[in-house]
Amino acid sequence: MRDKMPLDTLLASLFPAGHAVTVADGLISGEGPLTDGRLAVIGIDGDTALGLEGACFLAGCVLDVVRAGGGRPILVLIDSDSQRMSRRDELLGLNEYLAHLAKALLLADAQGHPTIGLLYGHSAAGAFIATALATRVLAALPGAHPSVMDLPSVARVTKLPLETLQDMARSTSVFAPGLDNMVQTGAVQATLDPGKPLGPQIAALIADSPAVDTRDALGRERGGRPLAHDIAAQVVREAQVVRGAQDRVMREAPGA
Amino acid sequence: MEKLSFRHTTRTALPGTRASAITGVVASGNLEVLLERNLAPDACHVEIDTAIKGYAEVWAAVVADFVARRQPGGLTITINDGGARPDTVSLRLAQGARLMELP
Amino acid sequence: MDWKPVALSAESRDQSWYEASARARLAGLLDVDTFQEFIGPEQRQMSPHLPLFALPRAFDDGMIVGRGRLDGRDVLAAAQEGRFMGGAFGEIHGAKLVGLLRAALAVKPAAVLILFDTGGVRLQEANAGETAIAEIMRAITQVRAAGIPVIGLIGGRAGCYGGGGLIAGTCAHLVISEGGRLSVSGPEVIETNKGAEEFDSRDRALVWRTMGGKHRRLLGAADAFVADTIGAFREAALAAIPEAPSFDLATLEAEQARLEARLERFGDTRDATEIWGRLGVNDPAAVPSLTTEGFDALLDSLPEGSHHAR
Repeated sequence: MRDKMPLDTLLASLFPAGHAVTVADGLISGEGPLTDGRLAVIGIDGDTALGLEGACFLAGCVLDVVRAGGGRPILVLIDSDSQRMSRRDELLGLNEYLAHLAKALLLADAQGHPTIGLLYGHSAAGAFIATALATRVLAALPGAHPSVMDLPSVARVTKLPLETLQDMARSTSVFAPGLDNMVQTGAVQATLDPGKPLGPQIAALIADSPAVDTRDALGRERGGRPLAHDIAAQVVREAQVVRGAQDRVMREAPGA
Repeated sequence: MEKLSFRHTTRTALPGTRASAITGVVASGNLEVLLERNLAPDACHVEIDTAIKGYAEVWAAVVADFVARRQPGGLTITINDGGARPDTVSLRLAQGARLMELP
Repeated sequence: MDWKPVALSAESRDQSWYEASARARLAGLLDVDTFQEFIGPEQRQMSPHLPLFALPRAFDDGMIVGRGRLDGRDVLAAAQEGRFMGGAFGEIHGAKLVGLLRAALAVKPAAVLILFDTGGVRLQEANAGETAIAEIMRAITQVRAAGIPVIGLIGGRAGCYGGGGLIAGTCAHLVISEGGRLSVSGPEVIETNKGAEEFDSRDRALVWRTMGGKHRRLLGAADAFVADTIGAFREAALAAIPEAPSFDLATLEAEQARLEARLERFGDTRDATEIWGRLGVNDPAAVPSLTTEGFDALLDSLPEGSHHAR
């Protein structure tokens, strides 16, 4: 498996004229020039788990951009572990902090600040949802490794042998970790070329980004999620059909 | 997984006009039963998808017993089974039939 | 726990929410006989992936969506069946909820109600489930931005874990009962990864103090605490509709302040009883055994406001 691109290399490729992006405790923040404007940057480096403080800090950076206005795009760079797993994080309501970060990104995008995710390393579970998956368009670099849960843990929880799961993963992209699978699913829209400057590639992503959520359409096209798009579309259609009072719900037995 | 299919003829149709009903849940030791009124009044088809193989004869007996007692003519009954015991199966089938008789 | 006797009638609103099936919750929550299901079980839209694992499928993939009335007002509602695959998000399950939220933009109901009962992503369909959760979160913010409240109800046996916990965090208002749990990582996952010292998953009292309904209400992670009855959830859902905050910069700035203040105030605590004590609870150890009435009285006595920007 290909190695991940180091953050310094990534930033140099993104901002050849220099930048004001810094990393502290695995949290990335700052900005740099992009075409004729500036690009805000947030993210996670070093396969760091995302906990309360990190989510709070990154959300604050996003809200700063929204408050300033002006349509500045936001790049979310990700090389993270999963959410931080601890009693303290859950005691203090980690779900709210992670959701808050996702909401900040979703608000920013809705209010004219295009959000682009660039997965260059690892990411998993709740951290993946709160960062990468909360952007309008998610790209990745070769060597990135997203996952929901690592296969040995899946084997333990499902009580299936690891070899069996590895075997099954050859015929379906729906459950195993890996960049290709996330591309097939429609979660990752594009893979960038590490051999070319990243700045123009990011600018092109912003310019071409879809106005609506097309991930399920991509999943159908690519085969990773053959049914999701049409199921969602069918629900939308059925919701708009006016039905008579006779057409009632299926009844259910008590104590079922 | 094992798929089983039983076709029965009944003396009468199950009373009622309700088009469909559902009962139960797919979980360990439980099952889900979908009933649809879409056959000729003396026909009853039972389709089973079960996680536990090797009990075809037990299923056949439980279904035959249910059909004989409740005369569910006109119904297609489709089951998703999570490994329920025969008495749970009988209970769900009876619950389902009762639902289909409701106005 | 505050035990309620099981009522004889399936539609009785005195019935336990915790014990009820997803369908029974919808039937009791909404106005009688008003629920119309979208993609009902007779359509047999089942998981295309579970057969690979030799696992039985459900006709509705454990997610029921449709429209109904709540006190005469049109609403859209979704309910997870927590007993099927732990209520976990798979491809079809997730897509039905995504569709419901997109439908809300078209039909503009008075509210969207989400009846959570989930362990998170369904591992057998992990990538589909995870992506669906992200699609749901985005759709919820769009529905809220259109002025439609999205209200989450938490009180089932699977709780509201993992990606479900993140979706809940995007809702405008959360209603929770004592039996409900709300968290990202579950007790077993924390123990497996960090050891029993960090979290003893067999310590039920610890689980409920850390993730359970009473703690979440006291902490401000949920807005309303209700008794374990379908009727109580119904009343709370109705009361939530006019209270739901809009999805805008002001709300998120207020949430940022709320979350920062929480870290300031409680960041050094080890157990929920310390937090409750600092909130002004006289006898924190007694909180778990308080009845609903007792807990409501406690909430009334505390200086905290009941509105939480989210």
